[in-house]
Amino acid sequence: MNFSWDLLLNAVTSGIMLGGFYAAVAVGITIAFGMLDIVNIAHPAFMVLGAFLAFLSINTLGIDPFLSALGFAAIAFVFGRYFYRAYYHFFERRGDDSLQGLAFFFGIMFIVEISLVLIFGVDYRLIDLPYLATTYEIGIVQIPLRLAAPCLAGVAMLVAIQFYLSRTFTGRAILAVAQDLEAVRFVGADPIRTKEIAFGIAMASAIVAGVLLIIIQSVEPSIGREFIGRAFAICVLGGMTSLPGTLLAAMILGIAETMTSTFFGPSWSPAVAFGLLLLTLAFKPSGLLGR
Amino acid sequence: MTALSPSLSPPARRLPKPFSWPVLVAGLAIVAVEMTLGAQVSEYYLLLAYIILQYVVLSTGWNILGGYAGYVNFGTAGFFAVGCYTTIALEKLAAVPLPLAILAAGVVAGLIGLGTGYLTLRLRGVFFSIATLALAVVLQTLIVNWSFVGGSRGAYVMRPDAIAPFASYVQYLLVVMTVLAMVAVLAAIAIERSWIGMGLAAIRDDELAAEASGVPGLRLKLLATTLCGAFMGMAGAPFPYFITYVDPPSAFSLAIAVNAIAMPLIGGTATWWGPVLGAVLLGFTQQVLTVTISSAANLLIVGILLVVFVTVAPTGVVGITRAWRGRRA
Amino acid sequence: MSRPILEARGVTKQFGGFTALDGVELAIGPGERVGLIGPNGSGKSTFVNCLTGALTPEKGAIHFLNEDVTALPAWQRARRGLVRSFQIPRPFKKLSVIENVQVPLRFALSEPPPTGIDRRAMDILDSIGLDAKANWAPKDLSQVELRKLELGRALAANPRLLIADEAMAGLSDSEVDEIVALLERLNGEGIAVILIEHIMRAVMRFSQRIVVLVAGRKIADGDPAEVMRHEDVERAYLGQ
Repeated sequence: MNFSWDLLLNAVTSGIMLGGFYAAVAVGITIAFGMLDIVNIAHPAFMVLGAFLAFLSINTLGIDPFLSALGFAAIAFVFGRYFYRAYYHFFERRGDDSLQGLAFFFGIMFIVEISLVLIFGVDYRLIDLPYLATTYEIGIVQIPLRLAAPCLAGVAMLVAIQFYLSRTFTGRAILAVAQDLEAVRFVGADPIRTKEIAFGIAMASAIVAGVLLIIIQSVEPSIGREFIGRAFAICVLGGMTSLPGTLLAAMILGIAETMTSTFFGPSWSPAVAFGLLLLTLAFKPSGLLGR
Repeated sequence: MTALSPSLSPPARRLPKPFSWPVLVAGLAIVAVEMTLGAQVSEYYLLLAYIILQYVVLSTGWNILGGYAGYVNFGTAGFFAVGCYTTIALEKLAAVPLPLAILAAGVVAGLIGLGTGYLTLRLRGVFFSIATLALAVVLQTLIVNWSFVGGSRGAYVMRPDAIAPFASYVQYLLVVMTVLAMVAVLAAIAIERSWIGMGLAAIRDDELAAEASGVPGLRLKLLATTLCGAFMGMAGAPFPYFITYVDPPSAFSLAIAVNAIAMPLIGGTATWWGPVLGAVLLGFTQQVLTVTISSAANLLIVGILLVVFVTVAPTGVVGITRAWRGRRA
Repeated sequence: MSRPILEARGVTKQFGGFTALDGVELAIGPGERVGLIGPNGSGKSTFVNCLTGALTPEKGAIHFLNEDVTALPAWQRARRGLVRSFQIPRPFKKLSVIENVQVPLRFALSEPPPTGIDRRAMDILDSIGLDAKANWAPKDLSQVELRKLELGRALAANPRLLIADEAMAGLSDSEVDEIVALLERLNGEGIAVILIEHIMRAVMRFSQRIVVLVAGRKIADGDPAEVMRHEDVERAYLGQ
């Protein structure tokens, strides 16, 4: 382990950039799990699906992934609404079976992952965007646009969702759902429809996160599993229902991982999220901003 | 617990004896068949039977926690791999006999289950489930970085010579796995029919009410978590000798991760024989299908079956048969 | 009053910034019948949860049978005879009616009942009038039968003090009388009872003493007739 200020500063910088991307991954978990109490462990699998959609769109259609992300997100939003309706019909309405619901998402995760394996194989895929090839240098700190752009996009998405939640009627209804299902009826919103929309947003965010993922790193179908621990660790550390908390926790995890990667080797970084998750669950289950 | 139906004569229902002689006899009978036929049939059948019995252990182990207590362990592949790598590590150190390696694997995997449970089981059940998912990833990271057991390159394991009275080492492995499956099923039955099973069932149905009735929730859950992890680890311990080359992807296999959950849920989680039935049905089907379609397509089918069953038939094959017989009666 | 079996001292519970209980004091003597009343959101259920171990208070202590139980988990309090029933019946759904009663018989008693668990379970079902439905599933029971099962399960834990959390909400007049009679019979066997209830008719008929919680504070504690004349109580009830 060789320490230098140069390395440290660069690790923190790339940690922040990574954190911005992690925020994009975790925002959907915070909505689905934190606010709606739906343990969507298939979220990262849908993210990987998004990554492969981006791969297809640039390589077969020649459409810029940032542009196609918007289209795919819209489709994912609609799909997410129907998906939630099915989940509600089969599990929430029945009431007592969290076991079945968990196994359901586990099965969905496998179906998505294995389908991708069957279509694309197990090779790593990467996309190359020439306009992101630049690397800015500020003093000794290097800022590759390939990392900075996904970070900005991720943070922008989180901020946009936060605005939507706090400024619109439906958004406030979603926040009310997070507090208490009965409260929503008082507000005058249909709780099922409210949850449908929220889940649609979460699903759309997974697809967008996938586009950002394949810009940052090469992707193979089972890579989503590395993000389950990360996304849930961020959600819990961030206090379950708070998007600012999610952003903060994402930054913390990003920095912790790049530091680990810089000073102990990149193969250790998947373990960081698990450690963080266990520590949070064991000592501060209410999260960073929790009382 | 058996199916409930309104009845007018209410004799106080007695739990059957916790120890199941029929299962012991059946297990020993299978061993006898393996001993007599094992030397004559093609090795393919021995390997097929081994895989299915390995799934019986995994599925039964999963169900002790998942079916009886209602806590979902997603990390089966991780616990299984811990068993594999315990054997490999021991094999590098000294010539340890297989039964001892299995015990060691059970202890290590059981302790990992206990630790994970201790840190997360005070909270809602989903946190335990998420922790087990992440645990599988982190265990894989550890193994990849641990060059003593082969790291990401993997490790070769020499199959020892056949031990008398076995005709081949594969036959020995099969008998060992049969005994292990028998032990796992007997343990599951003992839990299901004893006060432990009743306490776990109360926890599964309503944890708060269970505690208010004097059920020591955390302790029973930790017991179930430990047993669940231990059986999964033990199932993995003979695996290195079975395939002779182990690398992280084969130990942390997708097939094990999904099957350990799909088998009990498709068979039925309420009784011990649901997971056994699920393991036999799914295990056999997959082995047959692997000849005709790829293993990935195989897993896709398992995943789809899992989703179909939990949505439309949450009581599994056992529940369907019961409902069907109930309607005819 | 002889030496109390339950003593709560300065019990304070906060949820975030909201103080649900603010220094509540309560002493219950052996075999006493106490009614605990208060408007919705006054902290009654939170108080029950703190007494029985479902919640841990931030401040204060709970003593039961001369032992500090503040740090004990719920199941250990149940084993000592500090037993509750739930406001909304929470049967073990996949266990039969008799198995529901067997759970506390197996887990909450320090030694098995002299007549054996099965016999004792039937006796309890007999005493709550559910003996003919021993093998039924809880989902097939009526609302009043579920309430009785809830009390039967609490009874099986061999309580010294039974905290009945709204055991009668939503029942008809005659059903309320049935439950009150059942509670009176249990009390006759020497079990102290705290009855938390909105149905004033039942509370007034059952209680020897009434405690009033308003906004997390105890505002009155004493003889039922006097407490009901207390002006704070009148204001809390009529003013809302």
